[in-house]
Amino acid sequence: MGELIIKNGFVFDPLQEIKGDRMDIGIKDGRIVETSALSSPKTIDAAGMAVMAGGVDVHSHVVGPKVNVGRLFRPEDKLFKSPLKRCDRMEMGFSVPSTFKTGYDYARMGYVFVNEAAMPPLHSPHVHEEIRDTPIIDNAAMPVFGNNWFTLEYLKNNEIENNAAYTAWLLRATRGFAIKVVNPGGTEAWGWGLNCESIHDPVPYFDITPAKIITGLIETNEFLGLPHSMHLHCNNLGNPGNYVDALDSFKLAEGYTAKNTFGRDQVLHMTHVQFSSYGGDSWRNIDSQTKEIMDYVNAHDNITIDIGQVTLDETTTMTADGPFEHHLRSLNNLKWANTDVELETAAGIVPYIYSPNVKVSTIQWAIGLELALYSNDLMRTFITTDHPNAGPFIRYPRVIKWLMSRAARDETMKTFKWLDRTIESTTIDSIDRELTLYEIAQMTRAGPAKALGISNIYGGLAPGMDANVAIYALNPEDMPSDPDMIENAFSRCAYLVKDGIVTVRDGEVVAEPAKRTVWVDVKVPENAQVQRDIYEHFLRHYSVGVENYQLFEANLHNPRVIEVDSTQ
Amino acid sequence: MKTVTITLANPPELYLEGQNITPDNFAGKKAAEIATLDVWEGKLKSPLGKYFTVEGEGGATAADTKIVLRGDCTRVKRIGQQMTAGEIVVEGNADMYIGGWMKGGKIHVKGNVDSFCGIGMEGGELIIDGNAGHHLGSSPRGEWRGMQGGLIRVAGDAGNDTATFINGGTIIIGGNADIHVSTHGEGGTVIIKGDAKGRVGGQMVKGDIFVYGTIEYPLPGFQLVGEVEQEVDGATARFAHYIGDLGERHPVSRGKTVYANIYTRL
Repeated sequence: MGELIIKNGFVFDPLQEIKGDRMDIGIKDGRIVETSALSSPKTIDAAGMAVMAGGVDVHSHVVGPKVNVGRLFRPEDKLFKSPLKRCDRMEMGFSVPSTFKTGYDYARMGYVFVNEAAMPPLHSPHVHEEIRDTPIIDNAAMPVFGNNWFTLEYLKNNEIENNAAYTAWLLRATRGFAIKVVNPGGTEAWGWGLNCESIHDPVPYFDITPAKIITGLIETNEFLGLPHSMHLHCNNLGNPGNYVDALDSFKLAEGYTAKNTFGRDQVLHMTHVQFSSYGGDSWRNIDSQTKEIMDYVNAHDNITIDIGQVTLDETTTMTADGPFEHHLRSLNNLKWANTDVELETAAGIVPYIYSPNVKVSTIQWAIGLELALYSNDLMRTFITTDHPNAGPFIRYPRVIKWLMSRAARDETMKTFKWLDRTIESTTIDSIDRELTLYEIAQMTRAGPAKALGISNIYGGLAPGMDANVAIYALNPEDMPSDPDMIENAFSRCAYLVKDGIVTVRDGEVVAEPAKRTVWVDVKVPENAQVQRDIYEHFLRHYSVGVENYQLFEANLHNPRVIEVDSTQ
Repeated sequence: MKTVTITLANPPELYLEGQNITPDNFAGKKAAEIATLDVWEGKLKSPLGKYFTVEGEGGATAADTKIVLRGDCTRVKRIGQQMTAGEIVVEGNADMYIGGWMKGGKIHVKGNVDSFCGIGMEGGELIIDGNAGHHLGSSPRGEWRGMQGGLIRVAGDAGNDTATFINGGTIIIGGNADIHVSTHGEGGTVIIKGDAKGRVGGQMVKGDIFVYGTIEYPLPGFQLVGEVEQEVDGATARFAHYIGDLGERHPVSRGKTVYANIYTRL
């Protein structure tokens, strides 16, 4: 693989608390090494540029059946936007891009790891086939547990150990990465045409509350000691007044501490919090409650969040929160896809236009930014757009621009039709804070890697870690006065080195190094009861046999296994 | 106004993708430059001059440019696609997507056209002396924002799925229309001087349809509410007035529910 030295860049590595020091980064055989270990390296001159680890995305819907349904039922998302054959494979689409475009665009932005936010366990083969077809970036995928019949039954009876054994089995069966929970109980209730609108609404038939599902899965997660924490999309998402439900869900994590060997400190990751920070009681008087939310998050370090920033684009919403998508469809009267995944989950898809002419959209825009700007610890607050729900991931550079520049925020706000109402209903206009490159590095690589429990491999530049390095044409000592230059620099990185291979140069993909599938293999004690339950459920309720349900090795592409031994 | 005449001298073996044949692309160019514009036969890109002889030159702007197509253009698609101004005259037939997504100007086809003509149209005029195929003035597939404005006038018959998701503008069909007219419509006007086959106004929210002949299979979602006299395309006539589609949502404006209207001539 050869040797590489990245010379004279301003290095930002929050995992080692390196804050823009001028230093050289050595690379040998796909790993970061001390520069003294190099004999005759090729040189990349990074003078006057910012050097960071390859980006890590904590939450993005990029592969799997619901993404593909989004592609299929939105051909207009591709109209006049493709084909653009720049690389080996055809790139097309905007809010639901083709797998190829997904991989290439993440690489152009300097990202190397993307965590697929929701894998329906029954459809894990589809997820893994799309992972294989997404070039360059390493992927993991989180199976959804919050409405799974096994999980609901075990947790109702307080059988944490059995739930843990089932969780370990399902992670292996689907080659999954972590415990994802979407609208706990609510999606199951959707099968009855109902929802769980607060954490105390019991789930029909199962008679368990979302609160108990959440605490049960936190306990399960820490019982197993998984790399990532429980990853929650909370109840009553997207509705006015729901910040109360978000706070209620946060409070469930009180008293729990992380037990793992992966350097993770949180027990709960709350995702796309922008959708859960609304005050008021109707769309007429919706306002921002980010202060309440962030006061709580800042004071409790066993929680991490990502923002789910609205980017003011036409996009495609897709989530396992079936009732929410139905609600959204009734708001905008556009086409709607809905599906049930037997025993496990559901999903819905609706196109959505976040317009600067719509008051709710611009309030949502302000709320996302406020979350980040009120955060005291950006190692626990991450940039996402909940791709593609609040906007496509290719807008991350624009989100970074808004966070780094008050002038850029003002410029965007000038285009708002309801600017006065937006300013009245939010606090964005009173915030002058501008984030630094170090803080952006925390939010986009070091923080997510630590929260995912993979900070020994990704998200940093310490010797021994994967040689994933992104170089951006931004000089921290001479930042451009035009904020659009920040967006341009983060959209098209000067260089991306992945696994020691120069992958992107001047914003163009020049090589396609092998990508990996990252999954978690948990060793648990033999559990005859759970084995029997799995056998019974598949016999009685599933439409497939248990042997065909589990992922075949042929579906798994270039695996990187993270092993966890919970028998110790 | 300056005129460019292009004559199809070497007809393509496959169909020709002619989206560059617009006044916008021809404006400010001499004949030799126009001959170098790209056209596609299948996936192979070639200069326009490989198939057409070019005479004359474009005007200073699109509005000052008139294009005349001669020869048998039955296999030339996308003429006038996304044009904003100026004029195109096709002396004979043309293929699919003529005047698709056009914003302004005028296209006159003296023969027949195939499907998808005038789809996603925002403005301008599309005049067809012969028949039109399917999806006339319709929305592109998947798109819920169909025809926004402009005028399409077909002297002969139209195929099925005319004016799907129409939001504005007017379509006038001199002859008959096949099934599915103004499906999902939320505005605009469709006038059928002959007969309509059926499924007229399915899931329509707003907008008007006039049928001078008969609707062979009317939809049960429309209800007769009375008789009205209306001026349509320059002539006044009496019509039976139906509202619907009653199975669909309908907006309320100033306290009154807004329905789609179908008028059939008495």
